[in-house]
Amino acid sequence: MPLFHNEDQAMLADTARQFMAEEGNTTKQLRHWRDRDCPDGFGHAIWKQMGELGFTGILVSEDDGGLGMGHVEAGIVLEEIGRNLTPSPFLTSSVLAATALGKGSNDLRGRYLPGLILGESVYAVAVDETAKHRPEKITTKAEKSGNGFKLTGKKSFVVQGASADMLVVAARTSGSDGDDDGITLFAVPKDAANMSQEPVRLVDSSVASHVTFDGVDLDGDAVIGEVDGGREVLNAMLNAGRIGAAAEGVGVASGAMDMTTDYLKQRKQFGKLIGEFQALQHRAAHLYSEVEIARAVTIKAQQLLDAESENADLMISVAKAKVAKAAGLSVKEGVQMHGGIGMTDEYDIGLYMKRDRALQEFLGDAYYHAGRVAELSGY
Amino acid sequence: MSDLETFRSETKAWLEANCPAEMREPARDEADIYWGGRKATFSSDAQKQWFEVCRDKGYTVPAWPTEYGGAGLAPAEAKVLRQEMAAIGARPPLSSFGIWMLGPALLKFGTEEQKKHFLTQIARGEIRWCQGYSEPGSGSDLVSMQTFGEDKGDSWTVNGQKIWTSYADHADWIFCLVRTNKDDKYQGITFMLFDMESKGVSTKPILLISGSSPFCETFFDDVSVPKSYGENIPGYVGEINRGWDVAKYLLGHEREMISGMGGGEHTAAIGAAMNRHSAKTGDELDPMLRGDLAMFDVDALAFTAMSEKFMDEMKAGKGHPAQPNMMKYVGTELNKRRHELMMTTSGSRSLEWESEETSGGKPSKNWLRTKANSIEGGTSEVMLNVISKRILDLPGA
Ligand SMILES: Cc1cc2nc3c(=O)[nH]c(=O)nc-3n(C[C@H](O)[C@H](O)[C@H](O)COP(=O)(O)OP(=O)(O)OC[C@H]3O[C@@H](n4cnc5c(N)ncnc54)[C@H](O)[C@@H]3O)c2cc1C
Repeated sequence: MPLFHNEDQAMLADTARQFMAEEGNTTKQLRHWRDRDCPDGFGHAIWKQMGELGFTGILVSEDDGGLGMGHVEAGIVLEEIGRNLTPSPFLTSSVLAATALGKGSNDLRGRYLPGLILGESVYAVAVDETAKHRPEKITTKAEKSGNGFKLTGKKSFVVQGASADMLVVAARTSGSDGDDDGITLFAVPKDAANMSQEPVRLVDSSVASHVTFDGVDLDGDAVIGEVDGGREVLNAMLNAGRIGAAAEGVGVASGAMDMTTDYLKQRKQFGKLIGEFQALQHRAAHLYSEVEIARAVTIKAQQLLDAESENADLMISVAKAKVAKAAGLSVKEGVQMHGGIGMTDEYDIGLYMKRDRALQEFLGDAYYHAGRVAELSGY
Repeated sequence: MSDLETFRSETKAWLEANCPAEMREPARDEADIYWGGRKATFSSDAQKQWFEVCRDKGYTVPAWPTEYGGAGLAPAEAKVLRQEMAAIGARPPLSSFGIWMLGPALLKFGTEEQKKHFLTQIARGEIRWCQGYSEPGSGSDLVSMQTFGEDKGDSWTVNGQKIWTSYADHADWIFCLVRTNKDDKYQGITFMLFDMESKGVSTKPILLISGSSPFCETFFDDVSVPKSYGENIPGYVGEINRGWDVAKYLLGHEREMISGMGGGEHTAAIGAAMNRHSAKTGDELDPMLRGDLAMFDVDALAFTAMSEKFMDEMKAGKGHPAQPNMMKYVGTELNKRRHELMMTTSGSRSLEWESEETSGGKPSKNWLRTKANSIEGGTSEVMLNVISKRILDLPGA
């Protein structure tokens, strides 16, 4: 398979590009909701529109009413989300939660997928327990109780947790803290008794929750996949989310880069366009190279994941780390090359910097994934 | 099974049957590379055997048409062959500037007879070519070159000097930029082809910091270059005075080739090997170094994907035509970083210049050689200039 989009994918990209530019731009979405202090951090109307376009069910199988497409296609939508900084539940609900639910029972899929496909329901994912992504270490416990489980523990920085109709929660059902086995995933409805949330607004205007489970009673049918065998579902979900976050990062990187190169062609100093200065040209050209490579490795990892290749884990971490570096460079060079105006709230370049910072942390930063590359390579 | 899968299994079987075990080890030095040409000798029977079976199958230039000595493989098939060769670590059967540089230029600008004549010789490894571009006063600013060819009717009389001419002292023929009109900078250059044994051509090797002399000063003293080598076989490529177009097109291919010197699609991560190497010598990887190795591996593996995408796009006519400049910039900077990390990991051992353990100072010599990667074929700074101008469309660049 060549490493570029086929005709169908190119058509999807056109649709997504046009839709996000028109409906998902910062004026209509990010700034609009931010300036109104929206507790969700995103608008429900655009989520419904994404449902009408079929985006919401892109990774959901056709049997379950979705489009049954792959990570290349999900990535196409995410790149445009990134380019326009469009806040939405797409990454958490349609990529992460949808991947987990796809491995769930008929009953769970029937309960949760139709609402997702319509763009009516929002789902969040509760894995991490500290301020860094450490899915190896899960201490939240789900103990057997009657026919079900009792869930106790804390999850932190659950993105869109307070807006979610259901949370996918990773908990320990046996073994000890660092074990691979003994993890189980649960679908926890938002109104579960003894669950409390403490939402916090983040730098990119999104909202994340600290969630406490204080003996939450769950039925056996809330289990996604196998009891004690949840690591597999968890890994599939994380792989989908990481490559999805990378695709969004490619969009953020490209959006910031395009804004910056445009500015280099407009702004004059010393009687010249600043883009005539070689010091800036070389930095822009270097940035271009990094962003191109980030895009290439992202498509590669998407294709490997879609093909269920054994190399997918490694290349997903390479992609997440490479995108983090390239997007980080793009937003930093972007602000610097805009000069004073780059520091103003009025200009979007700063919004790219904020979104990038949040994406860097989401599901593992460049250091985490470079470390994983080393481990997977055997050192 | 799809046609491509059939081709893959046939290719696997063919390689298994025909590629000698010795040719599946990475090349250790110059002697392991077969360059072909009138003066060529094989360093081993295996090298000879591998070259000959590939030549006979058209696999020295798999994607060239069969009438010019290639195998006429479609892009997807050529990719499969590259992948299967990489999978067993097969060495290229023939390396040459003819394959990487002159060949593509002839395929694009040559006459039919010229292609039949010169491309077949290249594919069969009969003639080794060198590149006469740079001059003492014209490096990055190549178009300012002065070597002059005076029109003598059926021939030119060429006078001047080239420099940094790689392997000029081993080459049979040269493709050479010669000024044929002093009044027009861009449209006054002719892309000539001539025999290095012509009267008036002389070469003088230059010693490099790596201790070898792979390139020369090349002098032309009243060299007579024919305008024709036979019916429809001009002694130049493209049109007279329009050699700059050919020169630039060729540079695209040269840059593509150099960008792959660190491995291209198969750029290896090095962390695991460095870790094994340290363990063997009783050292442990410094944790800070491990971090740098991991960051390098991220960049190297990401670049393998970029190389694959680049090739796929070029073959499909999709990529930006100036993209080889980006590939060259990134590929060569990565290769330099790789060798820095290898030197650091091996510590003082890597300083040895002639010891047996280092097979004659290979680590340090290879390390020094990589420093040329971001100079030869256009410097990194020039690559960034080209990206700024042609891809990013920045003003005044
Ligand atoms: C190993 C090796 C093999 C080679 N083989 C061949 C060969 O076979 N045939 C051949 O013809 N040539 C060959 N070359 C020559 C090579 O192409 C030139 O060295 C190269 O183009 C640079 O030219 P220069 O050496 O004159 O450096 P200069 O052009 O003098 O450059 C000096 C420095 O100035 C910088 N610089 C120059 N112009 C600019 C600018 N506009 N903006 C910013 N920075 C600038 C350069 O990047 C460099 O850092 C080879 C070189 C090497 C090292």
